[in-house]
Amino acid sequence: MSIFIDESTRLVVQGITGRDGSFHARQMMEYGTNVVAGVTPGKGGQTFEGPDGKAVPIFNAMDEAVAATEANASVIYVPPAFAAGAVMEASDAGIGFVVAITEGVPVLDMARAHAFARDRGTRVLGPNCPGLISPGKAKVGILPGQIVAPGPVGLVSRSGTLTYEAVYHLTNAGLGQTTCVGIGGDPLIGTKFIDCLEAFKQDPDTRAIVMIGEIGGTDEQEAAEYVRANLDIPVVGFIAGQTAPPGRRMGHAGAIISGSAGTAAEKMEAFEANGIQVAKRPIEIAELVQAALAG
Amino acid sequence: MDLHEYQAKEIFRGAGIPVPPGKVATTPEEAEAFAREFGGMVVVKAQVHSGGRGKAGGVKLAKTPEEAREHAGNILGMDIKGLTVQKVLITTAEDIATEAYVGVLVDRNSQAPMFMVSAEGGVDIEEVAHTNPNAIRKLTVDPRYGLLPHQAYWLANSLYDDPALIRQAQKIMGQLYNAFINAGASMAEINPLITTPAGVVKAIDAKVSIDDNELFRRPVIEGYRDTSGEPEAETEARDADLTFIKLDGNVGCCVNGAGLAMATMDLVKYYGGEPANFLDIGGSSNPEKVVNALKIITADPAVKVILFNIFGGITRTDDVANGIVEATRSIDIGVPIVIRLTGTNEEQALEILKNAGFEAYTSMDEVVSKAVELANQA
Repeated sequence: MSIFIDESTRLVVQGITGRDGSFHARQMMEYGTNVVAGVTPGKGGQTFEGPDGKAVPIFNAMDEAVAATEANASVIYVPPAFAAGAVMEASDAGIGFVVAITEGVPVLDMARAHAFARDRGTRVLGPNCPGLISPGKAKVGILPGQIVAPGPVGLVSRSGTLTYEAVYHLTNAGLGQTTCVGIGGDPLIGTKFIDCLEAFKQDPDTRAIVMIGEIGGTDEQEAAEYVRANLDIPVVGFIAGQTAPPGRRMGHAGAIISGSAGTAAEKMEAFEANGIQVAKRPIEIAELVQAALAG
Repeated sequence: MDLHEYQAKEIFRGAGIPVPPGKVATTPEEAEAFAREFGGMVVVKAQVHSGGRGKAGGVKLAKTPEEAREHAGNILGMDIKGLTVQKVLITTAEDIATEAYVGVLVDRNSQAPMFMVSAEGGVDIEEVAHTNPNAIRKLTVDPRYGLLPHQAYWLANSLYDDPALIRQAQKIMGQLYNAFINAGASMAEINPLITTPAGVVKAIDAKVSIDDNELFRRPVIEGYRDTSGEPEAETEARDADLTFIKLDGNVGCCVNGAGLAMATMDLVKYYGGEPANFLDIGGSSNPEKVVNALKIITADPAVKVILFNIFGGITRTDDVANGIVEATRSIDIGVPIVIRLTGTNEEQALEILKNAGFEAYTSMDEVVSKAVELANQA
């Protein structure tokens, strides 16, 4: 099994005619994701040429796209000024799962969009996230398909390339994944660690979990408490930013140590105190998972 | 982006919040002239992006214009937490009866703007949060409706008993919320919000941080940017669309992705080295970006080695390798470069780099320990 996406995912690409949208639409289709529609205002009626001669219809708006294709998920590759609007449009059209890849979305825009989506029961992943992949089934976003493999490990991370690093070692060690989820590096994200942990808990195929966090906020600490109270499968953690200076934003908008809160040390302590094994180096993640699954 | 007090006060004035008059001086003579213009007592306040200005001696009361000139002479050029004071705000001194704290920020947990107010103002609010959390009233605002009148009243009512003060403060809460939203702020703070013996509520200090993601649509606020307090390399990096933060070590780091960049810095430390910087070059293989990154890193004389750590996901690593080779041909580096490339087409990438005379690796641990070894030898 997997979480959030699988073979039944019927995906709309919002911003399919843009540079990133068209490139990744093709990549997702090559991986086997069922891309049923694209949306770009003003380009309705055209078609998007996917790989192997597969054509995807383009619509002006999400309501049309959903009515015509029974889409149940969407992914957003529109510029920052329009990303929050795209989230709300997808939610308004009845989409249950929206993945916002766009980086640099104004935080107050997202505050409104998250509230809007929550009221309508839409799960938002991101923004500023790499998306997710259920190996062998579907991928939504920009994660590279060639480094994953099906298997028993669920992975959730605030980072992009650091996730690839961890997945790469897992796959090389023969440890495939149920689903790898990048929740994003922004301060206001729609799906947090705990949401992913709850979903993995419901998935009988997920037999170990990797959590990759970073400085800023307290989501990792809360997730650690959830792990102790609710999960009986092994969880391995990693925190980036032990050498980050306080008060500075480390690339990700949400990666900032405020006052004395949100440090890597604090998060690693919370992990250890709640039975999560902490990897000191990225390569140790796979080693610890392997040991936990063997033991 | 943090604003100076005088900039934050301009925003507050624009929103209608009562703020005492003030002017910015860059010389003692100007300070004297402004003090004379205002008449009476003034406060001379250092304008730097740092807390603790008062403790550092950067805020002084002046009874006469001559005294204002003297204080400005001492404060201008002063070093406050590594920042040189280049401007002082001259503002009228107010009689203070009470001091309160009012702040609004974007709260990560509720995913909404949140007010925090306390009748214990004029002090470090983080300290109050620690020692006396009950003294702080918190209120979450639904960003779709904005601050409702009754919410503004609740906040004001928690600060004062006198109905006349409550009315004034209620109005200020709404004005502060509007200022916060219209500026695209991540934080706006009045500390202290004072009452005068005559019963007037005023903001005598102001602190505002802007969400960097808002700046593209707020040119006036972008114009408030003051780069004088930051390392030159960080200004150059921003202009080149790179995320760069200068640190104190000697291992120059050039990494794709913020999370991997932080993990690389941590690994440098793990192997006994010290990172010279945080730098995220993003996902592209564009040689120009690599050239800009190398220029910025090598401008720091402390850098003894440059470490590339690139994970090619969608980006093909052979493209990245070609970009690095092209970039390093066009500028003089002067220190050793070690490179780690992993991901799509890594065999070809290593071949390209080795043919160009670079030390290339596929393991992050190997390349980082090698970089630390080279830095420590130098």
